[in-house]
Amino acid sequence: MSRGTATDLVYLVAIVGFILALKGLSSPKRARAGNLAGAVGMLIAVAWTFSLPSVYGTTRNLVLIVIAVVVGASIGVPAARTVKMTAMPQMVAIFNGVGGGAAALVSITEFIAFPTRHIALYKIGEVLFGVIVGSVSFAGSAMAFAKLQELMTGRPVTYPAQQPINALIGLSILGLLSAVVATASTPLLAIVLALSLVLGVVFVLPIGGADTPVLISLLNSFTGLAVAASGFTLNSDLLIVAGTLVGASGMLLTRMMSEAMGRSLPNILFSAFGSVITAGTAEGAADRSVRSGTPEDIGVLLAYARKVAIVPGYGLAVAQAQHTARELADALAERGVDVYYAIHPVAGRMPGHMNVLLAEANVPYDQLKEMDEANPEMPTTDVALVVGANDTVNPAANNTPGSPIYGMPIVHADQAENIVFLKRSMRPGFAGIDNELLYDPKTTMLFGDAKESLTKLVQAVKAA
Amino acid sequence: MTLASIMPGPGLVGLLTIFVLAAFVGYEVISKVPSVLHTPLMSGSNAIHGIILVGTMLVLGQAHGTTQLVLGFLAVVLATLNVVGGFVVTDRMLEMFKSRQAPRPRRDDEAEGGDDK
Repeated sequence: MSRGTATDLVYLVAIVGFILALKGLSSPKRARAGNLAGAVGMLIAVAWTFSLPSVYGTTRNLVLIVIAVVVGASIGVPAARTVKMTAMPQMVAIFNGVGGGAAALVSITEFIAFPTRHIALYKIGEVLFGVIVGSVSFAGSAMAFAKLQELMTGRPVTYPAQQPINALIGLSILGLLSAVVATASTPLLAIVLALSLVLGVVFVLPIGGADTPVLISLLNSFTGLAVAASGFTLNSDLLIVAGTLVGASGMLLTRMMSEAMGRSLPNILFSAFGSVITAGTAEGAADRSVRSGTPEDIGVLLAYARKVAIVPGYGLAVAQAQHTARELADALAERGVDVYYAIHPVAGRMPGHMNVLLAEANVPYDQLKEMDEANPEMPTTDVALVVGANDTVNPAANNTPGSPIYGMPIVHADQAENIVFLKRSMRPGFAGIDNELLYDPKTTMLFGDAKESLTKLVQAVKAA
Repeated sequence: MTLASIMPGPGLVGLLTIFVLAAFVGYEVISKVPSVLHTPLMSGSNAIHGIILVGTMLVLGQAHGTTQLVLGFLAVVLATLNVVGGFVVTDRMLEMFKSRQAPRPRRDDEAEGGDDK
């Protein structure tokens, strides 16, 4: 068997691993096995690649490859190991971005290395696709990282004539394409690269923090396509298949995610909602009164309830309050209170984010209720304790057709007998819209950091 | 100008065929994903496109001159980050499914776990 055939076979095994990975990751039972299959496939493919003559051909280049892999791994593994569970979303963004960057670099390097400037049209096309899509993914992911890491505002950023300006950038890239195709000029390609990076930034600016998960999923799919384009340039079946698998499944996943939020993808990408709506509602909020309670009051309310629902949101995640939430649940359970967690599918900053955090705090699995399971219980629940959540319990999603979140499924905390909000302030949530539930006569507010408030409630419950 | 540079030849069509088939497989292989798994699935597929590492290795292996060497080196570093970071982060997310088989651990479960090495 020739080395070429052997390589194809080994890569085929890796591809099967990747398909099994995607399949496994779609079901809770097989998810871990799926991820393992993907990792094994990757290991096999990379290990085999080291044996190829084109890689170990020159010692200097081989040494460089080994150094680069060691550098990458020694940054990546500790970063991924030690990152807090709350910061997972931005980690996914950044690891996706570097993949897009790598794909763009592969395309650029191949372009420079073409032996002649008479390059077939489709070859240039492949390079351009890889460079543009890879750089948009890289710059977009970096922006998503900055938004989630709160290096910049999570609000949609808008400026006058935003869409025309963005369209202009897009069009100038398109215009340059023909010039690059005609001349095969490297400086022109560099300009395309720079403009694509700008496009990635301006594409993400108007997207609000709450929508970032959908955005990251979309950029993930883009990176897959950029990898496939690099695969065309390198004549590599492996890269084409793996990249396309991610590109196609990523598109589908992006759609599923936006459906879970009750919104359409174009609406998320281009509406820049929030900025306009907040201005309108903030005034109305000023003259309405809210009822705030002391931790002792609320502690008594909780301690003598029969059934309590804890509705966690991003505030719980950001305050690292999942352990304290469990303490409170344990304290209540000791008193015979029936406690459960009502989890909205997009609570936190990513779908499933809350489940990860609460699992980390060893919350018993049978106390975790998905939204569809929790909602029928709400009318018989005495207290809904909303910890740092806002948009996911906003009744406007059900009864205000003009609201930007109208149609999004919510946790029906409003149907519980009493509602307690643990919130830092009256500030609206990510969606940037007011929540009328805060002004409901059934609602009591406890202002402050989620962790501190929960700690006070634990003491109050124990004292009650 | 060589013939290969003006005519796509069967190579390109072969690659296109693979591309189209892979697109259908990618679309069909995930279906009805529960929302709990949206993020892990995204993270897992994020790790899979780290396969660009193989491409970057080939590019750096063939690189000549400083520009290509620098770009290639950078590409391998970034791609490695993508691969290792992607799989490790996904695995950490999926730890939450570990206890699902035995929601209430008891003493005899722990004994079983001890054998499992």
